Amino acid sequence: MATERPLTIALSKGRILKETLPLLEKAGIAMLEDPEKSRKLVFDTTREDVRIIILRATDVPPYVQYGAADIGVAGKDVLMEHGAAGIYEPLDLDIARCKLMVAGPVNAEPVTGRLRVATKFVNVARRYFAASGRQADVIKLYGAMELAPIVGLADRIVDVVDTGNTLRANGLEPTELIAYISSRLIVNRASMKTRHADIQRIIDVMAAAVQARKAEASA
Amino acid sequence: MNREEQWLLPEGVEEILPERAAVIEGLRRRLLDLYTRWGYELVFPPLIEFLESLLNGAGRDLERETFKLTDQLTGRMMGVRADITPQVARIDAHSLRRQGPSRLCYCSTALRTRIGLPGTSRIPYQVGVELFGHAGVDSDAEVISLMLATLAEAGARGVTLDLGHVGIYRELVRSAGLNDADEAALSDIYLRKARTELDAFIDERALPAPLAAALSALPWLAGEGALEKARALLAPASTAALDELAQVAELAARITASHPDVRVHIDLGELRGYHYHTGCLFAAYLDGASEPLAKGGRYDHIGEVFGRARPATGFSADLKLLADCQGAPVRAAGILAPAGADAALLAEIARLRAAGERVVQALPGADNDPAELRCDRELVFADQRWQLHSLSF
Repeated sequence: MATERPLTIALSKGRILKETLPLLEKAGIAMLEDPEKSRKLVFDTTREDVRIIILRATDVPPYVQYGAADIGVAGKDVLMEHGAAGIYEPLDLDIARCKLMVAGPVNAEPVTGRLRVATKFVNVARRYFAASGRQADVIKLYGAMELAPIVGLADRIVDVVDTGNTLRANGLEPTELIAYISSRLIVNRASMKTRHADIQRIIDVMAAAVQARKAEASA
Repeated sequence: MNREEQWLLPEGVEEILPERAAVIEGLRRRLLDLYTRWGYELVFPPLIEFLESLLNGAGRDLERETFKLTDQLTGRMMGVRADITPQVARIDAHSLRRQGPSRLCYCSTALRTRIGLPGTSRIPYQVGVELFGHAGVDSDAEVISLMLATLAEAGARGVTLDLGHVGIYRELVRSAGLNDADEAALSDIYLRKARTELDAFIDERALPAPLAAALSALPWLAGEGALEKARALLAPASTAALDELAQVAELAARITASHPDVRVHIDLGELRGYHYHTGCLFAAYLDGASEPLAKGGRYDHIGEVFGRARPATGFSADLKLLADCQGAPVRAAGILAPAGADAALLAEIARLRAAGERVVQALPGADNDPAELRCDRELVFADQRWQLHSLSF
């Protein structure tokens, strides 16, 4: 049965957009203009009943949770921080891989008493330290975490680590792994039920494309 | 706190103003009439109860959702109900003690500590029905049919009925012998339909191949062809799960036949509220809405803690959200009568009111604006008699 609202896909600019678009193209969904060169936020696609919206990465989970978007692509780090209650994560796109880690100054002394942790992942950090029975004061920052231990704002940081170059350049080293991160295809729960056939087909095609890409990479 | 902030309501707390209140109340009356015609008797459970009785048999989530206070008379903890279903179960088990089936309905406000998604309230006006004393597809089908009749009465269009059965998941978990911690982790994965985490979870445990295959496929046994695929997958894994699957198939067939306008969506991996549910789960989704408008399921063990286990099934909805389905607001209908205590005027007003008209009598010296008073006609004395003139605004 036709529904009035077009199927809405929420993506964020940068790596996720660049690596997701080829997967969506396999499902017959391509953008009609280059979003990196446009200031628009809503884009039409080659499928009349599908539109793509471009958001900040951290805003993708709430858009999908509240049903303003049916489908989205978000990093597992962003999903963990958001909590992602009621959001389905049916496919690991195997892109934008990195690690969510605790880091501190190289050869730092163990901290006695309360640990001060600077991060933009405050919920993840609280949960992680609580789960290991450590008291931690979490300080919310929006960027340049690496600075916090250098200037004495915090003892440790929690951040995503890709190559580890930024850490090393600032005299830090990763100490504990919290989680492996990659981007997930996420789906609104109600959309998965009310538009199941359409969404499941997109998931299946993208899953096959991810598999093919993995096979190609290992060949 | 500045002067303006004093009048703000707490988050998730709302007041209902006249126009919306009229729509909600109109729907409440129609729904209670509907339930009466189906043989469901109205009960008013108390606003507040001792905490033990309120939370007994309910899911763990309910404890966090419940506002608590100390009873000044006994020193015991009391709770303001966050969900009315457990109260109705207590009424069935303790207050009524019937041998045969009990059909009960209710419509009252509940109170929740937490705020859900936007549009949901901390004070839902909960309306629903419960059917106690019968286990089987027939009572589930009756409750689902009444839920769909409720949505139709509310004017909801484009309904998808989501149908599942927590028993299938429970059977597989039991066969796999998972401990509580593992099972909690697995149910969280199921609620997210998180493929990566599920694959890792299954890989880490040495489960028999048919069981591993069934557990890793269950969240995706949804939509067209789900029942056939499920039959093939569950047959080698668990015969008990096959019986439960047959119940879902039977229910789906019955609802599809009786409600051709409703899309039935099977989702065998759905575990919403499964701490509390024991059998079939159902929820009604509208196109474009991110939360189900009405939901329910079977919860056969709740009576045990009240000393009397009775099979039970039911559904509930927030009447305020149901009322929002109605399209255009009801047009103002009312008669503005002139001020005065003239006997003939008062008699005419009384006659009109007795005939079911809404009559507002003007007050002397006040600004009697018909639009504000929501009147579309005016009572006028002309040509030696009282007449109704229409008002346009």
